[in-house]
Amino acid sequence: MSIVKEGLLYSESHEWVRMDGDVAIIGVSDFAQSEMGDITYVDMPDEGDAVEQGEDFGALESVKASSELYAPVSGTVIACNTELEDAPELINKDPYAAWIIKVQVSDKAQLAALMSAAAYAQKVGA
Amino acid sequence: MAQLPFFPHTQEDVARMLERVGLSSLQELYSDVPQEFLYRGEYDLPSALSESEVKASLEALAARNRKLTVFVGQGAYDHYTPSVIPALCARSEFLTAYTPYQCEISQGTLRYIFEFQSMICALTGLDVANASVYDGATAAAEAARMCVASTRKRNRILASEGLLPCVRKVLEAYARYGGYELLVSDHPLDALDASVAGVILPSIDRSGAIVDLEGAADAVHAAGALLVLYCDPSALAVLRSPADWGADIAIGDAQPLGMPLSYGGPYAGFMACREALMRKLPGRIVGQARDAQGHRCFVLTLQAREQHIRREKATSNICSNESLMALWATIYLSLMGPEGMKELNAACYRSSHYLRERLLSTGLFEAAEPGDFIKEFVLRPRTDASRLHKYLLDKGFFAALPTAEGGVSFCVTERRTKEEIDALVSAVEQYAKEEGR
Repeated sequence: MSIVKEGLLYSESHEWVRMDGDVAIIGVSDFAQSEMGDITYVDMPDEGDAVEQGEDFGALESVKASSELYAPVSGTVIACNTELEDAPELINKDPYAAWIIKVQVSDKAQLAALMSAAAYAQKVGA
Repeated sequence: MAQLPFFPHTQEDVARMLERVGLSSLQELYSDVPQEFLYRGEYDLPSALSESEVKASLEALAARNRKLTVFVGQGAYDHYTPSVIPALCARSEFLTAYTPYQCEISQGTLRYIFEFQSMICALTGLDVANASVYDGATAAAEAARMCVASTRKRNRILASEGLLPCVRKVLEAYARYGGYELLVSDHPLDALDASVAGVILPSIDRSGAIVDLEGAADAVHAAGALLVLYCDPSALAVLRSPADWGADIAIGDAQPLGMPLSYGGPYAGFMACREALMRKLPGRIVGQARDAQGHRCFVLTLQAREQHIRREKATSNICSNESLMALWATIYLSLMGPEGMKELNAACYRSSHYLRERLLSTGLFEAAEPGDFIKEFVLRPRTDASRLHKYLLDKGFFAALPTAEGGVSFCVTERRTKEEIDALVSAVEQYAKEEGR
């Protein structure tokens, strides 16, 4: 059973979003990390890069798989969690604390395309 | 169709397959090929020969080969091959083994690849090396793609005119089919700007001169690009290492590590880089690990880079290596050792400098390049370069290869004896005499 945290928005591709004003803090769900297994590397964009909703912005590598990360919203990357460079396992330990990037959102209306915690929990059977 | 023993399908098999797909003949299978592209003539093939006849005809062909004394390098060097190498490489475990798809079961193969990588790291001073690629020129083009993949929004590669022509041609071919824009010039560092992903310089240029790379890495890095050095791995045993020069990637051909000339191959390309770039390094990488019982073992590692996992994201579609030749180089280096490599370079240095002085004293040449060299040098002939080259060929020497700039290139490895060098000089003197000088 994976944990779905209340108060966050979720994408079909298992990223979570926490809004802080106009900034989207983005990570991957507990379901995603448990499916991946031990994460060994996080490929992150650079600050200042533009990301687009539904397009990949990086990738996760685990001992058994490699998976793209898709941007749940469009905008500009204003921060990357550099802690993950040396400690990618933080995503396995606490996926909702180990954010990956922060994005200055360009169009908040895009958030309507994301799922609530309840809808996501239903999707992953949590 | 005649039934031949090496065709796996019987005529009955073929008939059944045709019936199943609703066709009346094999020709009908190719009905999509436009008529004008079909070959209609008879195949002009000789009739079959017996084994002894084939052998006799090949021996007759081989007898027409002329054994020349090699005084040319240009990327392929006539270094000695210790007999141990072909003897070991010809063992069926190595020679007939195909690429290890069930990789971890092939511990012997993974082990020697690991040793090869470790030796390339030792020679280049860099952190990570791959299992080898096709040849040095491929390594250069793959390094260019690594630079583009590792720097954002940059796709220009600057390359030095001093690279070997074969390396430059492959760089140009890769550039033509996507990935990067190539600019080749005498002074590539002058063209640095924010569009440049990488700069490829030779550590020894195509004339044979050792290149002074002081300040190159600083200039390249200040512009936000990566520095790639094309190296002769044999000379790296005595030269300042690519890592010391500040290179991000070192590449080259492993041929000088005791591989026979063999009309151009098989050789092997090597690639090494700083750890920060290892996820962009193409091809296989073997790592050392521990098995379930805690024993040292070897695995293919960082596989997520490879094209069979994330094809559209991979920087390269290379997923194998030039394994047997990597083994060749590994055995060579382990036989030679660091001291042996130094002695070898010293022998090349002494002999090549001796030849150069003797040639200059004939009066037929002027000195060309400044800068020191180990085994290869260019002189400017006071005569027609290709006439001299052909004259020497007739006398049994492969020497004085004409260069694009009107010079002639010579190379002397440790295999050339003083007698051979003196004989070449005598032939040159004879040529000068016949020319009336």
